[in-house]
Amino acid sequence: MGIVVQGLCHSYGKGAMTRQVLQDVNLQIDRGEVVLLTGPSGCGKTTLLTLVGALRQVQHGSVRVLGQELAGAGRASRQRLRRRIGMIFQGHNLLRCLSAEQNVQMGADLLPGLGYRARRDLAREWLRAVGLGDHLAKLPHDLSGGQKQRVAIARALAAEPQLLLADEPTAALDSRSGRDVVELLRGLAREQGCAVLMVTHDPRILDVGDRLVRMEDGRLVRSVAEAVG
Amino acid sequence: MAWRIWQGRRIPLAWLMLTRQPVRLAVALAGIAFAGILMFMQLGFRDGLFDASVTIHRQFDADLVLMSPRTMSSIGMASFPRRRLVQTMADPAVRGITPVNWSLLLWRNPDTRINRSILTLGFEPGDPLFLDPALARQAEALTQRGRVLFDERSRPEFGSIADQFRTGEVVETEVAGKRVRVAGLLNLGPSFGADGNMITSRETFLDLAPTSPPGSIELGLIRLVPAADSEIVAQRLQRLLPPDVTVFTKAGFEEFEKTYWRTSTAIGFIFTLGAAMGFIVGCVIVYQILSSDVSDHLPEYATLMAMGYPLPSLLRVVGREGLLLAVLGYLPAYAAGLGLYALVRSGTNLPVYMNTDRALVVLVMILVMCLASSALAMRRLADADPAEIF
Repeated sequence: MGIVVQGLCHSYGKGAMTRQVLQDVNLQIDRGEVVLLTGPSGCGKTTLLTLVGALRQVQHGSVRVLGQELAGAGRASRQRLRRRIGMIFQGHNLLRCLSAEQNVQMGADLLPGLGYRARRDLAREWLRAVGLGDHLAKLPHDLSGGQKQRVAIARALAAEPQLLLADEPTAALDSRSGRDVVELLRGLAREQGCAVLMVTHDPRILDVGDRLVRMEDGRLVRSVAEAVG
Repeated sequence: MAWRIWQGRRIPLAWLMLTRQPVRLAVALAGIAFAGILMFMQLGFRDGLFDASVTIHRQFDADLVLMSPRTMSSIGMASFPRRRLVQTMADPAVRGITPVNWSLLLWRNPDTRINRSILTLGFEPGDPLFLDPALARQAEALTQRGRVLFDERSRPEFGSIADQFRTGEVVETEVAGKRVRVAGLLNLGPSFGADGNMITSRETFLDLAPTSPPGSIELGLIRLVPAADSEIVAQRLQRLLPPDVTVFTKAGFEEFEKTYWRTSTAIGFIFTLGAAMGFIVGCVIVYQILSSDVSDHLPEYATLMAMGYPLPSLLRVVGREGLLLAVLGYLPAYAAGLGLYALVRSGTNLPVYMNTDRALVVLVMILVMCLASSALAMRRLADADPAEIF
């Protein structure tokens, strides 16, 4: 089981300033399933993503990720869980001072019990898998937006995650390379049997997922169980 | 074991973060090296000045020395009865003695006719005085009245004595109003209390300083048999002799002089403060560099935290940056220190050398500076909230 969210509520601020962001959210994602989450900006998508990604403390309700209950989980146990979750950010968030290969190896370095050479070879394999076998030694600075996002995908997958979270991975890309990146992501995730939750605004990629979930004002309004592609 | 550490190694993040910004790294290293050089110079001057105060003291051929308890330093030597020194011969450990007269007299520069204070030592020309055998070879010349040996490393304000002497001229001048002739040159070096030195016979000394009573001396040198322990003999002699003399070992004699300059002048304070300023300037520079480095990389640190890297592993990256800066900044400081010490030696005759103690002190100061700064910079890492990067 990938993700089970039940009765999740979340609010920011205190007292009279309290602003409810999530209200009674229920969501279930199985392993190997690719779910797209869409909705107007400010509706709480990113908050849901950070809660599922164990980046934020759960306030009300239950969030079970990869079999672990996050309500009441401490900082250290959330940090350990994050090693099993791959994350792809809106900006690529690569380390500027590291080459493409080294960035991906930062992901592979999280795997226990592997020697340096094994982790490096793993990093190279993943870069080849995202089609950047010829750009191993390039710094992020010298890569195009699409290439950077591919490096970020390779980095997320190199840690062999069981769950992949992506926040508008195509926001900085043109439609063509955006589509390529998302399809690559879906293909690799399926190979790994890894659940995917992707937040997106991009109407051109809405058909990529197994399921499309729409969010409005902190609630999931419709769960479309349409199998596409 | 070594293989496992090698296998377990990670990408050298600290090194890469520093070296991929060469300008910032250069500024940081220049700052650290500057702080290090400042500390090297200040501490070097301080130790050099204290060492310079015992330039003469070091050269005496003695295991123990006698001085008057009223003597506080080499610029105010009080006298004591010469027979006290003779009394020490009763001890079986004593091999030989040399009575020495010691005074600051006025030397007239023969070129400008300006008087200047010169340290004058008087001894019996046959007696051993200095460890350096050069004196013994020339001592013969002092048996004639009114002859002196002049220290060619005396400051130039005493006149171009050495140059004139080497050309074969007869160099004569007045000391304390009486005519003397330079009979030879010595190589001693100026000390803190005396800009120049001259050596003469006891007889001539008493002529030049008629107020000093013939039966008294200012310094007594004692040489011991090789097997004797100077500390033990010093204690034994002190018990034997009346309280109008103090017995020092040679090391104690040097330390006594250094202590005078250390405690009765502001030199130690001034130069230690100078070194402390270097330390503080270095701290500020390193902290600035490291904390702006952490701020610049905050989103990247947050990304690593989101990926599941624990906070302590990221704090270690900052710590390693500090350590690398310290080591990389120390090396140029050390090299520049060596060069500047050589410059100081040739410019001032001050005995400033790089020694292990000082090299270590500065290394430790730089390490403390860099690690303390990185510890402060680490507090910024606590601001890295992985939830904020989405």
